[in-house]
Amino acid sequence: MTDIPAKAAVNSMSGGSVLLTLMKARTFIALIAVLLFFSIAAPNFLSAANLILMSKHVALNAFLAMGMTFVIITGGIDLSVGSIVGLCGMVAGYLVLNGIDLQVGYTIYFNVFEIALITLAVGILIGAVNGLLITRLNVAPFIATLGVLYVARGLALLSSDGRTFPNLVGKPELGTTGFGFLGAGRLLGLPVALWILLVVALGAAYLAKYTPLGRHIFAVGGNERAARISGVRVNMVKMFVYMFSGFCAAIVGLIISSELMASHPATGESFELNAIAAAVLGGTSMSGGRGTIGGTIVGAFVIGILSDGLVMMGVSSFWQMVIKGLVIIVAVVVDQAQRRLQSRVTLMQMAKAG
Amino acid sequence: MTGDQDVILKLEDVSKVYSGTVAVKRANFEVRKGAVNVLVGENGAGKSTLMKIIAGVEQPTLGRILLDGEEVSFSSSGDAVSRGIGMVFQELNLFGNLTVAENIFATREITNRFRKIDRKEQERRAAEFLERLEAGIRPDMLVEDLRIGQQQLVEIAKAVSLDARILIMDEPTSALSAAEVEILFKVIADLKARGVAIVYISHRLEELIRIGDTITVLRDGRITGQAEMKDVDTQWIVRQMIGSDAKDFAKADGHVPGEEIFRAEDICLPRVTGGLAVDHVSLSLRTGEILGIYGLMGAGRSELFDCIMGRHGHSTGAIFIAGKKVHERDTTRRIRRGLALIPEDRQREGLVSILSVASNLTLASLSRFVRLFHIRGAAERQAVTQTVRELAIKVADPAQEVSSLSGGNQQKVVIGKALLTGPKVLLMDEPSRGIDVGAKADVFRTMRKLSRDGLGILFATSDLDEVMALSDRIAVMSNGKLTGMFDRAEATEAALVAASAFGHGPVPHGEQGA
Repeated sequence: MTDIPAKAAVNSMSGGSVLLTLMKARTFIALIAVLLFFSIAAPNFLSAANLILMSKHVALNAFLAMGMTFVIITGGIDLSVGSIVGLCGMVAGYLVLNGIDLQVGYTIYFNVFEIALITLAVGILIGAVNGLLITRLNVAPFIATLGVLYVARGLALLSSDGRTFPNLVGKPELGTTGFGFLGAGRLLGLPVALWILLVVALGAAYLAKYTPLGRHIFAVGGNERAARISGVRVNMVKMFVYMFSGFCAAIVGLIISSELMASHPATGESFELNAIAAAVLGGTSMSGGRGTIGGTIVGAFVIGILSDGLVMMGVSSFWQMVIKGLVIIVAVVVDQAQRRLQSRVTLMQMAKAG
Repeated sequence: MTGDQDVILKLEDVSKVYSGTVAVKRANFEVRKGAVNVLVGENGAGKSTLMKIIAGVEQPTLGRILLDGEEVSFSSSGDAVSRGIGMVFQELNLFGNLTVAENIFATREITNRFRKIDRKEQERRAAEFLERLEAGIRPDMLVEDLRIGQQQLVEIAKAVSLDARILIMDEPTSALSAAEVEILFKVIADLKARGVAIVYISHRLEELIRIGDTITVLRDGRITGQAEMKDVDTQWIVRQMIGSDAKDFAKADGHVPGEEIFRAEDICLPRVTGGLAVDHVSLSLRTGEILGIYGLMGAGRSELFDCIMGRHGHSTGAIFIAGKKVHERDTTRRIRRGLALIPEDRQREGLVSILSVASNLTLASLSRFVRLFHIRGAAERQAVTQTVRELAIKVADPAQEVSSLSGGNQQKVVIGKALLTGPKVLLMDEPSRGIDVGAKADVFRTMRKLSRDGLGILFATSDLDEVMALSDRIAVMSNGKLTGMFDRAEATEAALVAASAFGHGPVPHGEQGA
């Protein structure tokens, strides 16, 4: 969506337009800058092993940030994703270890594929709760998802009484083995998690650009009233974005517990903030209506590489936080400057045109 | 005009230009002490702009303001207030979360020695002003708990409490009941006796004739008539308001409307504050017919359209398209049944301003271009190009943001969006508001063409000229009720004006001026 006005702006390559193009590519420039910087400053940074490790870290945040991007484009926010990660991890762990006790002497055990599906369904369901609170009961998204943040985290802790579900290897006779594939497995030399990210990201980008639902997401965020009058089912669109966000969080929950072969109820705390940061860094506007999946992924990479690189350089974690904060603020300031410049360029073009 | 010594404020050759449009052109306007100076004009004639200039909210682009014969310039409304000019705004400027007393004394709070707000004193003084308005409003009530009419009275009390020498009232009675209007008139008489100059703006002609001393008529930003109220009558006012210069309305082509395409039966919409915003309205429309709905502001025209589009879940009544009852109650499915609305407020309801012209055009009709779930870019582009050409939308590249277009072209985008849904019935709410003359002519031509193609068009307007020139039939609404239905042949301006004022009079007909 946001690249459409870009075309119009690039037509006349005046000084303003060059600057504008640079500013539009700012997240990419930032990505290249951090890559260059750390490849010089941190030894081993560019080694294949490190790059793969880093991209796995980034992938987790990128999933959440994609869900967050759609939510923010509709003008909302989803604070509950971190808790959904935790709860879904616990659901998966519980099912691997205990199955479901039917209370009549039977216990059903699921295979890993079914467990993954159930966990994803739980994530989507919690997203649906968010959506219902927001669309049916008119709770502000910030408050609704804040409430769900606590509820989901509490449920995660309750599920194991605060303990970790350890050693999720499963038993061959129950068919519950192979849970580690998601987090530790590899396909064609790349981690499975990265492949999943690729699939989900392509799907989300396609959805945003080429489907009516995607168009409606932007319309709802740009002007909800106008969207409603144009026949957009605003409530359905909102339900979808929160459910998609819950879906993304469930994937992250699965990957983390699979990677560790254990589920810890505190997993995912404050993940929502990283996701918001990545979305904003990638050019998503908090006031709604603007944002791209591609931008968000690049934003997630910038944040991920920044924190991993700083760790490798041995920068104290306290300074890491300061630096991360500054990067986010600068990103938003540049974003505002770009909008002002863009409207000026547009006005100038209008004046020239007639 | 009489005695110059009475003139307290004088505008000389004042003009105000907004980006692209001229709101006020070389206006000369005098305000007299101890008199009610009435200002009338159609919507968009420039009344509110002129008043905002006097109240310091807007600065004139050209011209001089003379206060007591001395040239002044107000850089803010605070400036004007300090020179004794108060204003009751048309849009309520109150803080709903604060009490009545806090609102009345906002920005000039009464404080004690320690800079602490003296709540008791504020409420005591507020009570004095409120008592004069006899509205039964306690100063410690929250403004958001009051009815709209009462809120308007608070706004008036606030303006009166300024002890202004000049008090501007922009449509102060638009939300008041008949009894409240009477009280307001008493307060105005009282102020007049104390030598306050009152500038009074209203659409309700009988009201103006009753309380006005002088009258000034504005049309298209120019002052077209000034007179003593005792020398004029309704006819004169209407003539000055409308003028004789013909606007460019597309000619009727004399095609005959066909079968009934749309019928609304007994549409009712309750108001939040009690009463009905749309009061048992029934009407029918034939293919190829343009039915104009004339009415003043707040007559319930937009609300009727909202009900028809299914935007209010709690509205009652039935609608029929081509004789079949429409059971769907939500906007999405009503659009699919062949209804489309062009809303009055382009920015807030018509357009998603940060999306491109193309995305806006196809927003309501995306399903037409979809195969499975994929939007076919070529089909969409083709529809966009065709619409841009047919409606003569001036845009270099449909990928441009829609907000970069002029008002008239934005309006054409809204119309194009509605037409792409393939409607049978088109509802147009003030389709010519806020757009330039050329674009207006284009919009009117489009309406004619659509009706020739067999669409039924319902269009609401408060412009007499427009409704007379474009409609095959004219319905008049007042206070939520349908108060008149005229064939074009038999409609006269006077009859329309009379019907549109129905139920507005502070006193029953016949007792007026008593």
